Amino acid sequence: MKSRVLVVTSGKGGVGKTTTTANLGTALAMMGKKVVLLDTDIGLRNLDVVLGLENRIVFDIVDVVNAKCKLKQALIRDKRFEGLCLLPAAQTKDKSAVTPHQMKNLTNELRSDFDYILVDCPAGIEQGFRNAIAGADDAIVVATPEVSSVRDADRIIGLLEAAGLNKSRLIINRLRSKMVKRGDMMNIEDILDILSIDLLGVVPEDEVIVISTNRGEPAVMENASRAGAAYRRIARRVTGEEVPMFNLDDSNNILDRFKKLLKLAR
Amino acid sequence: MLDIISRIFFRDHGGSREVARERLRLVLIHDRASVSPNFLNAMKEELIKVIREYMDIDEESLVVSFENEEDSVALVANIPIRGFRHAVNE
Repeated sequence: MKSRVLVVTSGKGGVGKTTTTANLGTALAMMGKKVVLLDTDIGLRNLDVVLGLENRIVFDIVDVVNAKCKLKQALIRDKRFEGLCLLPAAQTKDKSAVTPHQMKNLTNELRSDFDYILVDCPAGIEQGFRNAIAGADDAIVVATPEVSSVRDADRIIGLLEAAGLNKSRLIINRLRSKMVKRGDMMNIEDILDILSIDLLGVVPEDEVIVISTNRGEPAVMENASRAGAAYRRIARRVTGEEVPMFNLDDSNNILDRFKKLLKLAR
Repeated sequence: MLDIISRIFFRDHGGSREVARERLRLVLIHDRASVSPNFLNAMKEELIKVIREYMDIDEESLVVSFENEEDSVALVANIPIRGFRHAVNE
């Protein structure tokens, strides 16, 4: 199988890049794929704690590009999932410690051992961003249904296109269907209209994300998690499988059923 | 009648979604235009080309910019005219 380098990016911070990288990577590994997750947020590493691998770090990405250690020595194997590895970011250096050229070489080296190389991009549009996208085949843009996040996503999509990444796909994260229903949150079509980009998936707001991050166990491991289920479907789409968009209609109470009935009657 | 009932019971009011969508639309017009300076320059060149066929204009002091109105964005072109090229005889 030809390996794919996918960068997970958003422009704005706090919209769920790291959560998305961790869950998508874990879901792909659960499907039997060989996956490596690259944390490129040098100075502010977090993917390790989201995955619960923070106590096993010996070397990091800066050590690898500076040849302080071998690539294999820096890769942390996730013992829970066969085929899932993490290459952590350095915590003490800054974003200029790695160049786009070095990143490209690094991702190319990883291609021989992995099916999917997921690059967790830092927030912003400076060197950290340029590093993260340097070796990528495609980009996954994460946005929440908010003005600031969609605005930044628009900027990021422009920058990705300028860098030759024209087939970016969007994950709408933290959608609250109840707020959408009462007209207090932009819906999926609103966001797709504005950004004119293909949709990869929609992840509902889910408390399980907070709990699973507290524990260092990605939500895709929770069968009952709605966000986890959404990420599992996104993982299948990433592998090329056709998976219909999930009906986010979570409320099935009497009032809603009555409303549907009314709509049918009209 | 059914509409009114459903509006009362189900809060079909104009929510903040519309506001968000409209603000985003306007801010992105600005963002997209200012992000690529080539865009404005290219449009300026084209404008000059067309207008020059009809009028004698001061190309040096031509200004094209975006201006914010209350709920819209306007493209404003300030083009000093030196004179008309020729009378149009039908």
